[in-house]
Amino acid sequence: MNPMSAVDFALAQPEMVLLGGASLMLLVDLFLTDRQRQITYFLGLLTLALTAVQVAALPEVHYAAFGGMFVVDGVARLLKLVSCATVAVVFVYSRDYLIQRGLFRGEYFVLALFATLGIFVMASAGSLLTMYMGIELLALSQYALVAFDRDSPVAAESAMKYFVLGAIASGTLLYGISIIYGVTGTFDLGALAVRLDAGAATQVGLLFGLAFLLAGIAFKFGAVPFHMWIPDVYHGAPTSVTLFLGAAPKLAYFALALRVLAEGLGGLVPAWQEMLVVLAVLSLAIGNVVAVAQTNLKRMLAYSTISNVGFILLGILAGTPTGYRAALFYTITYVVMALGSFAMIVLLSRKGFEADQIEDFRGLGQRHPWFACVMLFLMVSTAGVPPFVGFFSKLYVIQAVLDVGLTWLAVVAVLFSVIGAFYYLRVVKVMFFDAPGEEVAVTAGPALKFLLSLNGLAVLALGLFNGALVDVIAKALP
Amino acid sequence: MHSSLLSLLTWLPILGGVAVLLVGDARASVARWLALAVALAALAASVPLYLGFDASSAALQFVERMPWIPSLRSDYYLGIDGISLPLILLTTLSTVLVVIAGWTVIEKRPAQYFAAFLIMEGLMIGVFSAADALLFYVFWEAMLIPMFLIIGIWGGARRIYATIKFFLYTFLGSVFMLVALVYMYLKTGDYSLAALYRLPLSLTEQVLIFLAFFAAFAVKVPMVPVHTWLPDAHVEAPTGGSVILAAIMLKMGGYGFLRFSLPITPDAAHALDWLVIGLSLVAVVYIGLIALVQQDMKKLIAYSSIAHMGFVTLGCFVGYEIAAATGGYGGATLALSGAMVQMISHGLVSGALFLCVGVLYDRLHTRDIGAYGGVINTMPVFGAFMVLFAMANAGLPGTSGFVGEFLVILASFKANFWFAFLAAMTLILGAAYTLWLVKRVVFGAVANDGVASLKDLNGREFLVLGVLAVAVLALGVYPKPLTDVMEPTLRHVVQLMSVSKL
Repeated sequence: MNPMSAVDFALAQPEMVLLGGASLMLLVDLFLTDRQRQITYFLGLLTLALTAVQVAALPEVHYAAFGGMFVVDGVARLLKLVSCATVAVVFVYSRDYLIQRGLFRGEYFVLALFATLGIFVMASAGSLLTMYMGIELLALSQYALVAFDRDSPVAAESAMKYFVLGAIASGTLLYGISIIYGVTGTFDLGALAVRLDAGAATQVGLLFGLAFLLAGIAFKFGAVPFHMWIPDVYHGAPTSVTLFLGAAPKLAYFALALRVLAEGLGGLVPAWQEMLVVLAVLSLAIGNVVAVAQTNLKRMLAYSTISNVGFILLGILAGTPTGYRAALFYTITYVVMALGSFAMIVLLSRKGFEADQIEDFRGLGQRHPWFACVMLFLMVSTAGVPPFVGFFSKLYVIQAVLDVGLTWLAVVAVLFSVIGAFYYLRVVKVMFFDAPGEEVAVTAGPALKFLLSLNGLAVLALGLFNGALVDVIAKALP
Repeated sequence: MHSSLLSLLTWLPILGGVAVLLVGDARASVARWLALAVALAALAASVPLYLGFDASSAALQFVERMPWIPSLRSDYYLGIDGISLPLILLTTLSTVLVVIAGWTVIEKRPAQYFAAFLIMEGLMIGVFSAADALLFYVFWEAMLIPMFLIIGIWGGARRIYATIKFFLYTFLGSVFMLVALVYMYLKTGDYSLAALYRLPLSLTEQVLIFLAFFAAFAVKVPMVPVHTWLPDAHVEAPTGGSVILAAIMLKMGGYGFLRFSLPITPDAAHALDWLVIGLSLVAVVYIGLIALVQQDMKKLIAYSSIAHMGFVTLGCFVGYEIAAATGGYGGATLALSGAMVQMISHGLVSGALFLCVGVLYDRLHTRDIGAYGGVINTMPVFGAFMVLFAMANAGLPGTSGFVGEFLVILASFKANFWFAFLAAMTLILGAAYTLWLVKRVVFGAVANDGVASLKDLNGREFLVLGVLAVAVLALGVYPKPLTDVMEPTLRHVVQLMSVSKL
């Protein structure tokens, strides 16, 4: 087998475009004055657009390149397309925010693109090593992004926490990988699946490795009890960075779980199912209950992320194609909702003022009825009320869980989503029922307003016509 | 029969509501007229629904079906039968009255107010006409959002507590229903109600599914002991919100029992009928006693609603006891039509009573019974209406309130003397709390300067109460058109509930 052929490089073309674009931006940005910085921004969007075009041209059937290290298939293609779109939306949402705070620098865009490259590598990982490289590329870019407002002590503190905990998690993950390699003698996920077929679930060594792997995955997702970093990092990072952290990487972590657990360790379903049940239930419980006590919207959304991760894990732990599809549907729709929710904070923030307290939304229903309505859609959707898309994503997950006979788990999940409804409703309450405070003008630009409006409507439209997205996912993940 | 009348009835108010929102509060009078036009158009559209309805058939009519979520085999599937039709008519009528009643009274964000009610109307009609369980659930839950905003924005002093309680209570009830629906879907592979009716289920499954449905519907009805959200919600809601809550939303619970619990889980309903009957009788007697001591007019009517809805649930489930006592399901149809008539009648009467309270509240800004007295001296026309509706609430023969209660009591007699005895307590208790209310508020000498300064009904209020008065009397004197429409469908329900699925 020739490890590198022209076909291999053709399959990796999107990654190369992305890498090339990001490197070019790094160079170009050196020679730009602050006033010309827009060029970096547009180059970033252009790179993403070109990458997306390349991804769209990829075949939807399974191809393995570079000796099986790198895989191209339907799900990789879909995840890459969605992450391109997500990161582009993040750029548009962040622009005004960064300019107002003097943070409009090339690093933000370059780092975000390198992180996107990490997501791409993870989505296409065919071996545990490729996966680990993707994870580290994504993680290092994220650490730097969090610290990127270098004058902010809170951001620096968050970055430090994130880095230390993240390094431990990476170590755990790597340790798990090495044990799995020691037991099976392969990094290749396809080969791993073949070797695990018979009687694997009783091998102590494998289970030992699996436990470390799972701890690493849970940390990346932010599942309880590996969730400590999420609130601090979401809160401490500049909102434009939180916007990025809260959205695109979730797609990569889904790929991580799918590739490693479902494809590589599919023979160990009963073993990791049990572990994931614990993680999922704890995430639902802690995420929803602690979110109730938050007064800071970014922290509230961070805990909401944790509870949503619980739902994603519920889909994965079903261990069936229906379950993976449900989890993918949940991840994608969650990304749409998270983008919108964090963008609302960006929308209401202005120079010298962060609208990150729930109180800052007071009376928004009177001040800006339309954006209050958008936020209403986002909150109610995340709470899981039909006809918004959040309901259907929960429905599919519950269906997958019931399908494997875990009725009690479905009941637990819906009970915690009722608790969750409370804090989303509180935001609605603050917006519509409380009298407005001081009059605040929205200083955001038209691009942000337009895209955010679309985002809100997308939550409704994806709900009413969710069949289309379901079909796309069913094609990508047969 | 192919027609898109039901889609029109569902989406016209929703889109109309969005249009009213777009008109905005700045052009309030345009918004008002537009809202009225939409509500009237929906009312007009429901007339051919009644005229074109084939009352001799229990089959779904005005059926519309097209794929909605193909991967789930869930369809956009609408259709009505004899249970849905009266409730849809009640919905379109109530919404028009609510829009008229709120005409000048609502000064705060009027466009949003009317829009909320219109969107609500569309969603409620959607609930009553959905023949696909998932579609039903979507409408059922979506309804909570406008009501949450209505109580929260235009409600009274404790509105936020009340509306969050309302939302969480009903949301908690409904999620269990969702789990049950998904569970059954996984067995049938199809969300249509007809498929769920055919699905064989073991008794354990049925009991669990029944309890899941019960959680959803009992909260909505509401039944003791999950009724506590209702007095809060009613008291804090604006008049229009109370009217829609009492007239339509509470009926969703009864509708759910008829549409889901009885046909889908007949054996569990049979096995657990003691629970429902027991709670219904508790509602009739105990909540009747509670109503007696209320100082707040709206709270009194709210408790009276719970007691009256006890008749609905009693009528729905007493059929099994009738069968046990008489050996046949002959009396069950009678009980179910009693329950249905009671739902419609209660919708008219309690709506009217809330409107009466609203009339007084708009003038003196208090709902405290003690603040009134001798209203009849300054508001004779209003007094006459209030007495009429109070009589209907107490179940006076000749009003609609009598028909439903009488049918249910009659049917209960066939089951067990004590059921009938306890249910008939309402004739005493209902008369006691309503008449005492009337005595304290309407009759007597003028109590204070506030009452002395009252002005009688204006044309708008007269119109709203007049329409309801005519409906209450017409239904009381000649309920046949209503019972005829329902009869075949109810017989079909009895047939479904009487055949074991084991």
